[in-house]
Amino acid sequence: MNQHLLLGAEAIAMAAIDAGISGVYAYPGTPSTEITEFIQHSHIARERNIHSTWSANEKTAYESALGMSYAGKRSLVCMKHVGLNVAADAFMNSAMTGVNGGMVLVVADDPSMHSSQNEQDSRVFGKFAMLPVLEPSTQQEAYDCIHYAYSISEQLQLPIVVRISTRISHSRAIVVSQSIQKQNSLNPDTDKRKWILIPAFARMRYAHLLSLQPKLLELSEKSPFNTVVKGNSKQAVIAFGIAYNYVMEVITAHNLDISVLKISQYPIPHTHVAEFLYTYDSILIAEEGYPVYEELLRGFSGNNKLRGRLDGTLPRTGELNPDHIAQAFGIAIQQEYSIPVFVVNRPPELCKGCSHRDLFEALQIVMKEYSHNHVFSDIGCYTLGALKPFEAINTCVDMGASVTMAKGAADAGMHPAIGLIGDSTFTHSGITGLLDAVNDKSHVTIIISDNATTAMTGGQDSAGTHKLHSICEGIGVEPSHIRTITPISTGLQENIQIIREEIEYKGVSVIIAQRECVQVAIRNKKKNKTS
Amino acid sequence: MKTNIIIAGVGGQGILTISSIIDLAAMHSGLHVKQAEVHGMSQRGGEVQSHLRISDSIIYSDLIPLGQADVIISVEPLEALRYVPFLKEKGIIISATEPFTNITNYPNIDAVLSELKKFPNAKLIHASQIAQQLGNIKSYNIVLLGAAIPYLGIPQEQIEWGIRTLFATKGNAIIDANIAALYKGLEITK
Ligand SMILES: Cc1ncc(C[n+]2csc(CCOP(=O)(O)OP(=O)(O)O)c2C)c(N)n1
Ligand code: SF4
Repeated sequence: MNQHLLLGAEAIAMAAIDAGISGVYAYPGTPSTEITEFIQHSHIARERNIHSTWSANEKTAYESALGMSYAGKRSLVCMKHVGLNVAADAFMNSAMTGVNGGMVLVVADDPSMHSSQNEQDSRVFGKFAMLPVLEPSTQQEAYDCIHYAYSISEQLQLPIVVRISTRISHSRAIVVSQSIQKQNSLNPDTDKRKWILIPAFARMRYAHLLSLQPKLLELSEKSPFNTVVKGNSKQAVIAFGIAYNYVMEVITAHNLDISVLKISQYPIPHTHVAEFLYTYDSILIAEEGYPVYEELLRGFSGNNKLRGRLDGTLPRTGELNPDHIAQAFGIAIQQEYSIPVFVVNRPPELCKGCSHRDLFEALQIVMKEYSHNHVFSDIGCYTLGALKPFEAINTCVDMGASVTMAKGAADAGMHPAIGLIGDSTFTHSGITGLLDAVNDKSHVTIIISDNATTAMTGGQDSAGTHKLHSICEGIGVEPSHIRTITPISTGLQENIQIIREEIEYKGVSVIIAQRECVQVAIRNKKKNKTS
Repeated sequence: MKTNIIIAGVGGQGILTISSIIDLAAMHSGLHVKQAEVHGMSQRGGEVQSHLRISDSIIYSDLIPLGQADVIISVEPLEALRYVPFLKEKGIIISATEPFTNITNYPNIDAVLSELKKFPNAKLIHASQIAQQLGNIKSYNIVLLGAAIPYLGIPQEQIEWGIRTLFATKGNAIIDANIAALYKGLEITK
């Protein structure tokens, strides 16, 4: 037997390799990053020539995976939940084209926002696209459902969504693996009416997608991942994905006699659900994420048998845990001890010696000279500049928004209009916004804090390393207003001077603040020592 | 048999090493394992913890319910106190005494230690000092693991096997240093 101790993310990665993928495409994002990293470090993946380098963003990743599928091979695409917003156009339309080689999208949600801007529930996207969604509750199921997903993807000729969340992605358990399958050979799809979504063809494809829906339902009805635990009382739970674990924990620990319908494949299995709604007097709906199906099952009339996140039985927001479920059953928590009052938090902070620190120091000094001293910023380690001691940024919305919000604010008459963005975020979604600013000759100053890595998510390669200057020049920023500085304490006065000058320049200027992330520098040093 | 363990510390203090060794030992003993980790902000000096559950029967939840941890192993004393809501009545606390003071408002260390001493089964260990005396300061986390052995429900040979397996590629000197740290820790609580 092949036993492995794997994170949920790693179980997915191993399963994808074993299912014969020819490529994984992804942009980093917690809690999905470890899937791609596992494949990058796997020697089997290397022997099989499985593509695994990072994509510039989730949209490019999704489309590349779709192209690989078009060519007849199996592909995997991974992202965090907000990444699917970026890839949404490709995603929605891939439900229309369908696929050729099996294609699986793994999307990792982050309820409780451990490291995200929101806690959107990707199951809604699955429903929106009318695609099958799998939501494993255990690491073993994560492994198994990937094999299953590739098989139904090729059977239905549709991309399959696998939705995970932080807790399963970052939790380890023993996983038994299956034997490894052959990779598909090159076999491009020749059906143009499938792939060219001009209106006449698109209408046919939409009709086709609709015609597949009964088949998707049938697969859910007999899915090995949707199961029933029978009890004898009139109480029941419908538990989705990982919520099943918490429900079973409480039921077994307290010997409760309650029936459970576990749902890990969507569309929801109508027969089972209808039977539960009919048979039981009180039904708890336990979902990790939004109360998507609770709302649906309640309907307009509000089924009063149902309890869940919408009536306060479970918290409306955040990740579930076994204590929430216990309380929903009226079981008192056996907590003996409380945290002493003097235990303070340890907020994360920029590392000692981080280049962002020196940049913030210089920027803060310059900004004090202006009455409108707003800095539009973005997502990355440098977002920690929002906290003490710097408190140097005013916004962080979505990747790339620093550039475009600064532009909009400049259009409104704000000066200075500063966009502060990381190198990886810039190539993810900042370039097109900068082009808008160039075309409008907007009076903005864009500062790219270039630490030559995607640091926030653990130091992955950054798509624009060594290319940022030529990218800016290429889209038309005046070369004399692309300034490179080294954010370091000895350069403070010079850097202040350059920032001042560029803020006063009436047009688009870019300051590239270049110094390697100290964590990555340490890691590279170690690597060089051992090799 | 079922043991619920919380492992706590600050990013970079080697708490995932402790978890990995227990995981390997448990798997090698034919037990079920579930271990939830915190990834993400850990390299930036934030608090990190791991919920580790081992059992001879199926484990459902990846998270330990409040009041159900048998043991807290903490590489840092303030961090030990952060997770006491998870501790069972009379549960075991194995904590290093040495503070990691990367925050300006770190409470008075004597107050932290005397609060810990109020728990009926708290074992406070000068882990860094012991590791330093052994000549391998980096193995302080393994000293704490050693001290936890009597409470884990896994034989010590299995934990030793876990260390040998985890550090297999690092060479004998590192393996030996860690095994020495393990048994030095065990001496304190045995
Ligand atoms: C659409 C989207 N994809 C991914 C992420 C996750 N994420 C947040 S910051 C970041 C990387 C930032 O890298 P960079 O801009 O170079 O800044 P650094 O962390 O290196 O300072 C990533 C991948 C996200 N928040 N949103
Ligand atoms: S990981 Fe790198 S970029 Fe992030 S805070 Fe540390 S040094 Fe700065």
